[in-house]
Amino acid sequence: MTAPALSRQLSAVSFELSSDWPGNFWLHWIIFSVILIVFVLVMVLAFVYIERRGAGRIQARIGPNRVGPFGVLQPIADAVKVMLKEDIVPFTADKIVHFLAPIVSFAPLVMIFAVVPFGNGVLLVDLNTGILYVVAIASLTSVGVLMAGWGSSNKYSLLGAMRDVASVVSYEIPMVLSVLGVVMMAGSLSLAQIVQSQNIPFIFFQPLGSLVFFIAGCAEINRSPFDLLEADSELTAGFHTEYSGMKFALFYLVEYGEALALSAVISTLFLSGWRGPILPPWLWLVGKIVVIFFVMVWTRMTLPRARIDQLMAVAWKFLFPLAILNFLITGVEVLAWPNGLPWPLIFVNFAIAGLLILAFSRRYKVGWGRVEVRELR
Amino acid sequence: MTVALSARKISEQIKARFPEAIAEVTDQPPVLRGESLFAVAEYLKSSPELAFDYLNYITAVDYFDYFELVYQLTSLTHNHTVTFKTRCYDRGKPTVPSVVRLWRGADFQEREVYDLMGINFEGHPNLKRIVLWDGFNGHPLRKDYLTQQ
Amino acid sequence: MTLKTEPFVLNIGPVHPSTHGVFRMRATLDGEVIIDLEPVFGYLHRGIEKLAEERTFTGFIPLTDRLDYMASMSNNLGYVLAVEKLAGIKVPERAEYMRVILAEFQRIASHLVAVGAFFNDCGAFFTPFIYMFREREKIYDLFEMLSGQRVLYNYMRVGGFNQDMPDEFLPAARTLVNQIRHRLDEYDTLLLENEIAIARSKGVGILPKELAISVGASGPVLRASGVKWDLRKADPYSIYDRFEFDVPTGTAGDCYDRWRVRVAEMRQSVRILDQALKQVPGGPVKTYVPQFFHPPVGEAYAHIEAPKGELGFYLVSDGSIAPYRCHIRAPSFINLTALKEMVVGWKMQDLIIIFGSIDITMGEVDR
Repeated sequence: MTAPALSRQLSAVSFELSSDWPGNFWLHWIIFSVILIVFVLVMVLAFVYIERRGAGRIQARIGPNRVGPFGVLQPIADAVKVMLKEDIVPFTADKIVHFLAPIVSFAPLVMIFAVVPFGNGVLLVDLNTGILYVVAIASLTSVGVLMAGWGSSNKYSLLGAMRDVASVVSYEIPMVLSVLGVVMMAGSLSLAQIVQSQNIPFIFFQPLGSLVFFIAGCAEINRSPFDLLEADSELTAGFHTEYSGMKFALFYLVEYGEALALSAVISTLFLSGWRGPILPPWLWLVGKIVVIFFVMVWTRMTLPRARIDQLMAVAWKFLFPLAILNFLITGVEVLAWPNGLPWPLIFVNFAIAGLLILAFSRRYKVGWGRVEVRELR
Repeated sequence: MTVALSARKISEQIKARFPEAIAEVTDQPPVLRGESLFAVAEYLKSSPELAFDYLNYITAVDYFDYFELVYQLTSLTHNHTVTFKTRCYDRGKPTVPSVVRLWRGADFQEREVYDLMGINFEGHPNLKRIVLWDGFNGHPLRKDYLTQQ
Repeated sequence: MTLKTEPFVLNIGPVHPSTHGVFRMRATLDGEVIIDLEPVFGYLHRGIEKLAEERTFTGFIPLTDRLDYMASMSNNLGYVLAVEKLAGIKVPERAEYMRVILAEFQRIASHLVAVGAFFNDCGAFFTPFIYMFREREKIYDLFEMLSGQRVLYNYMRVGGFNQDMPDEFLPAARTLVNQIRHRLDEYDTLLLENEIAIARSKGVGILPKELAISVGASGPVLRASGVKWDLRKADPYSIYDRFEFDVPTGTAGDCYDRWRVRVAEMRQSVRILDQALKQVPGGPVKTYVPQFFHPPVGEAYAHIEAPKGELGFYLVSDGSIAPYRCHIRAPSFINLTALKEMVVGWKMQDLIIIFGSIDITMGEVDR
């Protein structure tokens, strides 16, 4: 299948250095990187708006509506406010670590978008280890979180940061395993190739895999119902308690940027990325990203929060076995039909997913109960 | 309907068992002597036909000559209640036995009476001020605590 | 090789987004598990009991509003019942019916806050809270029709009410009762089977029955532990013995049971309101009581089933225009005695939920 040709400005760059290096290669690289960074920032602002307005409407209230028509300029007002605030660093904090933590959190985020395809062949670099690169880079943000927690010299922040690292590490495993199903069906790790091979979006062939990926992804980026680290109604604001001003803005950006990255990856892996009939491809991608983010906002505003040991129990006792079973079943299907799975398998897969979820959801104990405490005195 | 037991009958019952606890039997709620307070309270709680297992409140009133502590108990099984009192004539360091070991609810209430009235409860595990801060001077609910100083 | 760990003391300070009011807890934590808890309060102590000795009997009523400021009508009711018991004043029929109607609406409003705040502590980011506040706003509108105030009403008086209800009150109340009935079903559809809410609250923070009775707990906390004790049935005051309603009880005494008992109580309040709103008679609403009235020398204790538990007023009078002593038996204060037993062994996040499920108001605890 051939996609419509695009202008030369945005043509793909092959990774081996071609004969027109340095002029052509570096020009394309700089322009596209700038476009990507601007895309991330603009989308994050849009996400802030969608979240606040969506939250307001779900909660039977209006949401921001003063700044601009329908409150559209509200995130800009937020950004200006947060940039003008004073940057307070605690006296006993580790200055270098405290300073570097937001940067270490933010940088990997933008790097994820280097491999997300915006059209047929429209991506910064078409790595043939696309999804592996994404998963590896995404775990770097927790290093930034740990640095933030440590550098703040505040025991609440350290507690929050350690909880965060524990949960991120636990949820990596179901996330990666559920991606393997998609990789087997597409036959390649490269994201562009995965999108190309989705004549029918993989969400239909992999209901279990997409569900596991979505839940594990929400837990990775600390979004409700797993947001116990930034829970306002609990101990403290978590690892970013001691941050204010622009550094806090960066952490805020990281939170929504991670949501953006997760939505982009889900759209690419499961919803066939930029493919769609009439509209331009990048518009399809943006539309799918917005839809998935809306589902995340919806679950955040509706569900209560899980406790830390319940979080771990869900990862290890529920998502991990499901991801392994999904991997096995997909493997069997791909072996049986090596030239692409026939569409009636969609119903078979949904039935299997439903049965497995029902079977597993009651079989395990969510979290410890009360711990026996011996008298200290 | 919760029956408030007749004060005279309960006084007679108590006097029959603990003759030195009550000075005289009247129609008013029985006034017990401080030393026998705990024994009488234990009898009221554990005797099967009285069975007062629920402590409604403990409070104290300052009549200038003496402090009067008022207790009200209810029995959830028989649905009757009784009120009894005890008096403290010592204004310098008034002391009354604590009933925390019988009813856990007396814990905070006795601390409040200590805090605001200055009555000490012996046998209370943690007699500290509860509604006022630890360095506060005086006991505000007493009648001789001047509010304009 | 065992790792040497040390418990540390965490101060969950008076200013905190989730403790209901200014309440401080010093928790000793071993990792995430709570080993010891010491509640420290008194940040809202205003000396209301001492102020009572300098106000007339009628002039004290606005101060009773400020005790449990989420349920002002009930506080007013408890106090005027105590004064009427002391002075032997009888109240006309219409005033009795109005009192029951206002007390039951107030119970619904207070329980809506309790359940909403419980879910807020669970982490459902304000959504159930705001939904339940829609009904509470409508109850505020009703009460504003009567007293001109939204929260601290100062509406009941010794002997009845100073002003009768306006004509549009009863039809508005009947419409609102129907709306509340439907909305309660809607909230149950949303929240009852929520896996996460059940996992957070079932089996958490158990208050055993013997401890609840020994502590003197009352209200939904006592009833969730399995003790069927409701002052409206056990010791009926006002005209509660004319209405038919059930007393919901729980079995386990955990947070889940306290939530369900509150929701069931709201349904029973709707039932009482249905009956009461049909039977309101005409007539006067106040028996004459002079502004500076001298009750006879003596003492009286009257208690009511406030939304938080047994709210009692112990009044001693020496014949003058002010009480000699007024003691307030506050349900939240006494329910808090069991907090340490309920919390030890659970984690930090459960502490917030357990504390929220007892549903205290600091105005009552500190007085």
